[in-house]
Amino acid sequence: MSTRTPHAPVPHAPTPSHTIGPFYGYALPFPGGPEAAPYAHPDTVTVHGRVLDGAGAPVPDALLEFWGPDADGQLPQQGGSLRRDPVTGGFLGRNGVDFTGFARVATDADGHWAIRTLRPGARGPHAPYLSVCVFARGLTHHLFTRVYVPGDSPATGTDPLLAALPPERRATLLATAEPHATYRFDLRLQGPDETVFLEFS
Amino acid sequence: MSESTRTVPRQPAPAGELTQADIDRRMAREREAYEKGLAEGAEPSHHPRRDYAPYRSSALRHPTQPPVAVDTRLDPEAAELSSPAFGDTDVTELDSDLTRQHQGEPLGERITVSGRLLDREGRPVRGQLIELWQANASGRYAHQRDQHPAPLDPNFTGVGRVLTGDDGSYAFTTIKPGAYPWRNHANAWRPAHIHFSLFGSAFTQRLVTQMYFPGDPLFAYDPILQSVTDEAARARLVAAYDHDLSRPERSLGYRWDIVLDGPAATWIEEGR
Repeated sequence: MSTRTPHAPVPHAPTPSHTIGPFYGYALPFPGGPEAAPYAHPDTVTVHGRVLDGAGAPVPDALLEFWGPDADGQLPQQGGSLRRDPVTGGFLGRNGVDFTGFARVATDADGHWAIRTLRPGARGPHAPYLSVCVFARGLTHHLFTRVYVPGDSPATGTDPLLAALPPERRATLLATAEPHATYRFDLRLQGPDETVFLEFS
Repeated sequence: MSESTRTVPRQPAPAGELTQADIDRRMAREREAYEKGLAEGAEPSHHPRRDYAPYRSSALRHPTQPPVAVDTRLDPEAAELSSPAFGDTDVTELDSDLTRQHQGEPLGERITVSGRLLDREGRPVRGQLIELWQANASGRYAHQRDQHPAPLDPNFTGVGRVLTGDDGSYAFTTIKPGAYPWRNHANAWRPAHIHFSLFGSAFTQRLVTQMYFPGDPLFAYDPILQSVTDEAARARLVAAYDHDLSRPERSLGYRWDIVLDGPAATWIEEGR
């Protein structure tokens, strides 16, 4: 790395990724994982959809993680997503008050998933979005994407990522509004309507 | 599991099913193509290819469009530059000792796995969540869909969690998992491994991977490990046996340091 100063630490080679495999289901999902919104919070939104493979078939063994800000655009630094119960060795669930910004959900047999979180607020030049990390059996390295949630924000015109995408690709990142503060977002791992996936540098 | 299921003899490979030799040839082709690229000046690949045909489940589950680059240096407000936080309520003391989660002791070889969680600059990732899961000593997961006719162990579930220390350190006590068969091809076996899930100081650093044990004769046959086509990168998935970590009359010690890829916003000297 010729751009580094002689005293900078030597970069460490990263540990390679591996597939999550088929048997994470008794280890990673946790009660309350999809329910990131505090109880009865007025900014609660439901986001749901399906994960589909290159043949359009549902992916019944994907795990999705969502990370996003509260309605003011603030990213919490708050633990308590998977509160453990030291009495039973089980889970207590979230405390219903704190917002951790983190949701985890496994797909069902139809490849469907749903989370309830707070409507994300805009940050900087961005339209409001939730960051998504996708894991699945058969997927050797997780995939990052974003679900843009339509709202009051001027949104999509100025967002640096969306603005750089051709319209048909951009559409794969936009959730569709449904009644009752619910948004639909399907993830296509492969194929003509393949979701835009991201690489951060 | 019923008695009848347990006593079914292994079926010969159905006509048309891929053999290990078929998979070996495909893995060799991938390896040769990778090494040819290196010789021609390509950068080493740290991560597995998503379209690695010898791992057949990847066929319909990898994107065909290149990923869209997000340069976080130009985008300090990207949510992905920060990470979910976990705290003392998310982990109990027993979570890091998988041998003490039931009434009795699990069967198998008791081991410890310890090391440090670091970023690309070698800086410790502090106070973050590590999750792990694994098969039992017989190579069976405590998962309804695992139909490998090997015994479940009522004293072993195989799930653990821990928060890293201020120096990025972590330690688990568990038992050494067994190898197990899977259906990628005829006579396919996974080398013994432990699944790890790791959070960094940024969501960009998220990692799920598998740790292997040194000297496993199944490495060369396994398309999941070989999906990492770079030899040095594969070696980073193998823990080291460390006799100084073995505890007399108790457990064998393995060391495995984990380095997270991906950019982060800033590194906070005094922790969170």
